[in-house]
Amino acid sequence: MWSLSSISNAIHTWLNETFNPTWAMIFEMVIVGVCVIGLFAVLGLVLVIMERKVAAWIQIRLGPNRVGPKGMFQSMADTVKLLVKEGMTPNGVDKFLFNLAPLIAMIVAMLLMAPIAFAKDFVMWDLNIGVLYVTAVSSITVIGILMAGWASNNKYSLMGAMRSGAQIVSYELSAGLSILTIIVFTGSLNISDIVLSQANGWWIFKGHFPAIVSFVIFIIAVTAETNRAPFDLAEAESELTAGFHTEYSGMKFALFFLAEYINVFIVCAIGATLFLGGWMPFHIGNWEAFNHIMDYIPSGLWFFGKTFFLIFLIMWFRWTFPRLRIDQLLNLEWKYLLPISMFNLLLATALAILGWHF
Amino acid sequence: MGNEEIKTKITELLAASAFDESGEWLNITVSSQDWFSFASQLRNDETLYFDHLFCLTCIDFKTNLTMVYHLSSTKFRHNIVVKSVLDITKPEIETVSSIWQTANFHEREVYEMFGVNFLNHPDLRLLILPDGWEGKNPMRKDFEDPINMIKL
Amino acid sequence: MVEEIGNTTEGDLIINVGPQHPATHGVLHLIITLNGETIKKVEPHLGFIHRSIEKMCESLSYRQFIYVTSRMDYLSSHINNHACALTVEKGLQIEVPDRAKVIRILMDELTRIASHELWWGAMAMDLGAFTPFFHAFRERESINDIMEETCGARLTMNYIVPGGLMQDIHPNFQKRVKDFLSLYKSKIHEYDELITGNIIFQNRMKGVGYLSPEDAISFGVTGPAARGSGVSCDIRKLYPYDGYENLQFDEILETAGDSFARYMVRIREMQQSVRIIEQLIDNIPEGDFQTKTKAVLKLPKGEFYTRVETARGEFGVYIVSEGGTTPYRIKFRSPGFSNLSALDKMARGEKLGDLVAMMGTLDLVIPDIDR
Repeated sequence: MWSLSSISNAIHTWLNETFNPTWAMIFEMVIVGVCVIGLFAVLGLVLVIMERKVAAWIQIRLGPNRVGPKGMFQSMADTVKLLVKEGMTPNGVDKFLFNLAPLIAMIVAMLLMAPIAFAKDFVMWDLNIGVLYVTAVSSITVIGILMAGWASNNKYSLMGAMRSGAQIVSYELSAGLSILTIIVFTGSLNISDIVLSQANGWWIFKGHFPAIVSFVIFIIAVTAETNRAPFDLAEAESELTAGFHTEYSGMKFALFFLAEYINVFIVCAIGATLFLGGWMPFHIGNWEAFNHIMDYIPSGLWFFGKTFFLIFLIMWFRWTFPRLRIDQLLNLEWKYLLPISMFNLLLATALAILGWHF
Repeated sequence: MGNEEIKTKITELLAASAFDESGEWLNITVSSQDWFSFASQLRNDETLYFDHLFCLTCIDFKTNLTMVYHLSSTKFRHNIVVKSVLDITKPEIETVSSIWQTANFHEREVYEMFGVNFLNHPDLRLLILPDGWEGKNPMRKDFEDPINMIKL
Repeated sequence: MVEEIGNTTEGDLIINVGPQHPATHGVLHLIITLNGETIKKVEPHLGFIHRSIEKMCESLSYRQFIYVTSRMDYLSSHINNHACALTVEKGLQIEVPDRAKVIRILMDELTRIASHELWWGAMAMDLGAFTPFFHAFRERESINDIMEETCGARLTMNYIVPGGLMQDIHPNFQKRVKDFLSLYKSKIHEYDELITGNIIFQNRMKGVGYLSPEDAISFGVTGPAARGSGVSCDIRKLYPYDGYENLQFDEILETAGDSFARYMVRIREMQQSVRIIEQLIDNIPEGDFQTKTKAVLKLPKGEFYTRVETARGEFGVYIVSEGGTTPYRIKFRSPGFSNLSALDKMARGEKLGDLVAMMGTLDLVIPDIDR
């Protein structure tokens, strides 16, 4: 059957036959690098147009409909506009940090791509601590935001950055604990192993009550971690004009913008992998025939379908809810989500030890 | 309370007040020295209880400046108008912002527009005009601005 | 403003909200002293859109000055025009035909609904929810279409003039108003589903920005903002004009005094406006829409004051006449100016994010404040 892994294997074999292993390795790295940047650009464009279309649909209007068929090239045109715009560096800013901050946000988003399984046997770096890697690296995002807020030398930016710092550090706890719930079930930090463990059913169905609770907490926590509404206090345009990126313009602003969307994609991909089986088709226990039919749908399609479903969910939040206040935001995490997820982890551990999950 | 009752009551409070009933509401003219004590009596008297200052303004009659206070009672629903004639060369009157807090903003507006000096005002600074505005007061009749013509 | 910065203690952060800020809906400038996220002081700085309308009116005739007043509180321009027309009619001592009175009230109430619709959307947007804005505009557009058909304008209508109306209503008027009422009634539940019942929204609004009834009266706060504190101040009920005394409607009062109470007052007020329109739309009397007035109006010497209820509160027009064709002095008592003065009192000790919500519930229109 046609799959992404057969293509990658063919390329791998051809490279190893043609060149010596070192050069083959270097060529593979270059190809992967180009693919990641390509995927980045495509994802950015697709997610922006998707957000605008979803927003338009929720807000009973048409959305972009001038550039290209049904306005599909609108985000392309926007990118061109941002590229040709002057990247201003205001006088009072700390120039080095100011210019470094968007790059950090971007590099972190790129690094997070590495361990994600896009399809069956199609992983850039099949790391044995993949989940740990993702949680660890994603916390560097906050440094980029704090750096931007501080270097901008603007009170709004500074407040946005401080809010964002408090928010991301807090919500990482819940996100981490809800990820831990699934790790307790699977007993592995390797993303491929986690996906394979869901061959007879996704964790959200197999994991009983704790898995559902941790899924809900995970979605809330990652919405906050990526600074999306209703937790968009770092940007909060009605309070802080644009928060930490008030002073940015042109492509530097676009990098922040892109990094936000890529982060949304990545956390949704992680969510889909942990709770909804990643690229694993929809399987029900021992129903061989049913499972077999499901296998005919390519694994990449399953992965992107689930991820985009979660992305849609997060966009839906954004266009429906009002924003929280900063103290309510921290109360929600420290007083509700964190105790619940700790208790939930305990319950999951008990279930795992007793072997009561499927 | 009808106008007659208010009139008798006010005469008790301030004998030197002058009345004018030609308009819709009872008009009372007081001197600027009496105004503050009279105002606090109007506000605090149980039978008058004028707790709502709904309009505060000034009129430039070229020979004098007249402060106009429109008062209303949210308890008894009666209204009066109090006026005080000020000297145009040195317009000064006691502030009532401690009695009706809305007077704070309205008096600041009158201060910059008419140049009335409100004594004991907590925060008498420019509110509408730009910082560093110097010169005449725009709402006075003798104000002329050759650049931004207000008169048509 | 420099001396202001000198007076602060160490650790305070002073930020300027405005003159160009997404939350001020216009060019309002607030100088805010913060301690962390907590507000210590709010100081408004006005005048960015001050056009000196009062001074301008002194050189305009009694027919002309009404057109300027549409530009003050542009969301209740009908009601502003109505107040001015009433004042001039009071001075001339002329009676307006019944048909004109009824149409005036219909227009006032339609304007009030349109204004509250815009407020609803804009306030939700201040709180970070964008969608309500578009839902509110769906209904508001149909009111604007009605206005366009009858008055020829969508925002600054200049339809109500001394002596009656500018022209008669469009033949489609009644039908289109009824269409609007049925549209509004079929959509009103969406408002509650989207925002009012939302748990985040309620947490943001309840117990925030408390204004006691005593303070509301003392600060001269009027309109829905004061009625949210339980102060009865609806001019339509207390000092009725042009036939409001014959209509069945309730004055909405909430007692909590917080942002949510002010919110609920406006939401329920829209339904009362619908009630008023329903009573009148089929009962527009036949007859003239205008009384005959002289080409040049001359008010007798004296002072004339009219109070009306706009969408934001009590609007007063004070005309001092010396007997000429132009007013000697005009004072517009705008509701926004007094309502804004209470903002500092309400905001102290609250969080920065709530300041935006409070400004939303006060429903500030900046040209109305600056005049």
